[in-house]
Amino acid sequence: MIAVIHALWRREITKFLRDRSRLIGALLQPLGFWVLLGLGFYGTFQMPGATEVGYLEYLYPGIIALILLFTAIFSTISVVQERQEGFLQAALVAPVPRTTIVLGLVSGGTTLAVAEAVLFLLLAPLVGLTPGVVGLLVVIAAVVLMALAFTALGFTIAWRLDTTRGFHAVMNLFLLPMWFLSGAFFPADGVPAVLRWVMYANPAFYGVAAIRQGLYLPAEAPGVGLPLAATLGVSLAFAIGVLALAVWTVRRPLFAST
Amino acid sequence: MPPALSVRELAYAYGEHRALDGLTFEVQTGELFGLLGPNGGGKTTLFRIVTTLMPPSAGSAAVLGHDTTTEPEAVRRSLGVVFQQPALDAELTVRENLRFHGILVGLGGTELNARTDALLGVFGLSDRAGDRVKTLSGGLTRRADLARGLLHRPALLLLDEPTTGLDPTARRELWAALARLRRDEGTTIVVATHLMEEAERCDRVAILDRGRLVALGEPAALTAELGDETLWLESKDAAALASVLHDQFGLDSRLVGSAVMVEAEDAPAVLARVYAAFPEHVTSATVRRPTLDDVFAARTGRAFEVGASKLDVAQTSHLEPHPVTR
Repeated sequence: MIAVIHALWRREITKFLRDRSRLIGALLQPLGFWVLLGLGFYGTFQMPGATEVGYLEYLYPGIIALILLFTAIFSTISVVQERQEGFLQAALVAPVPRTTIVLGLVSGGTTLAVAEAVLFLLLAPLVGLTPGVVGLLVVIAAVVLMALAFTALGFTIAWRLDTTRGFHAVMNLFLLPMWFLSGAFFPADGVPAVLRWVMYANPAFYGVAAIRQGLYLPAEAPGVGLPLAATLGVSLAFAIGVLALAVWTVRRPLFAST
Repeated sequence: MPPALSVRELAYAYGEHRALDGLTFEVQTGELFGLLGPNGGGKTTLFRIVTTLMPPSAGSAAVLGHDTTTEPEAVRRSLGVVFQQPALDAELTVRENLRFHGILVGLGGTELNARTDALLGVFGLSDRAGDRVKTLSGGLTRRADLARGLLHRPALLLLDEPTTGLDPTARRELWAALARLRRDEGTTIVVATHLMEEAERCDRVAILDRGRLVALGEPAALTAELGDETLWLESKDAAALASVLHDQFGLDSRLVGSAVMVEAEDAPAVLARVYAAFPEHVTSATVRRPTLDDVFAARTGRAFEVGASKLDVAQTSHLEPHPVTR
């Protein structure tokens, strides 16, 4: 079982390293977002309350979340096609439990997402964020949980869909709004109550908050207002929940409902 | 010893549509068994059930005595499956693909390396082992995929239209590779196809139509039931021609689409008499050795249509019809 998970994991890594466009795309696009949005709102952004935070700095943890989301999408969207006419056809009739397939693919995608996020973390000092060891550990923990959740979510969606076009639709209607409303873009404090509750109901909100808290430790992170235990706890529950959903999804018989 | 594959009263419905409708047959160990049928005949559904991807609505299927619903793990260990689309990763090399799939089926270490080398040799891929799959031709990719399906020495190999998209040369090479495999490893092979040429290579063939078995037996025996020759008459009003043949010549004929098929001992002589009597009825006539196509037509009353792939049949049928000049 471990050998199978390792083989699936290694395949993800090998493919990623061979595909330069993916290697660069998953990092450059969020970087571009960061610079453009950061500079665009530079003069107008105002944190609620008295805290002074520049927009490049505010956006920074959210861009980490965006990198995780994009890498997760890129590494799971191929599942749509591979299940129907690629290597996954054979994996499904191989004498291995389906759970193994989920764990192998999701661990591969998670590793890639975390690696990209860590590269981006090297830029933190540019916006004056220099977390210590504890802070970094918190950031890494939050990043791993979020990467795991996004990859398992992407995998679950890809498994149920028959076309990559369908995946793009889900991405636009569900995954990107999830990011917009995660507190990555704007803090929950300054928005109308209805929207604030939507943000609180969004599991990604707690992941972004945990990354933000880690980056500012031991100081208080701007615009979070929740204990670290709560944000990390919800992130952990979310990751476990989506992973369980992914396992449940692949264990259902294929085609039966069509 | 249980049969390699046993299918009992197998049924499957997608909503109202009955894809399989009480299918029963057995494949013996060592056989090369063909599943012939038009698209929509039920081959794909049968494969999905036998490969444990979905349970049947009714009836059962068993591989070497292992039920596909209650013992899926045992079934998967005994099965090698080659799909219509190769289950290979185009970005990985041939060897990487085989290694990866070997681990998936529980192999490892020197055993896997030895098996990989052996299969690369059998399928003439040794010198391309280090190349990425995306650089291979369709025929080579197909052979690599066949090697992939055979890594764990499955007792039963399922091939789902394995020559789709291959040119005639690549097709011949694939069949030659399958022949070597049978000789060397004694693998039982079940191949789904809509190509007559491929079905006629099999020891036995099951002809499926709309989820039912319409014929089962050795290809030569099935075609022999139609006599040495069949006479095909095309007519503007085939039904009228058929009744005329019956009433005035005492000939049994079958209506197949816009054509009439006549089983006759001496087809050219019958044709001469019919044409002399009713020149206006007959627009074209063909006398030929019966094919499995004709068996299908005789049993179902419909021509064997494969939809978009019809061209394939025309291109590869080695049994050329003998047109009779009028």
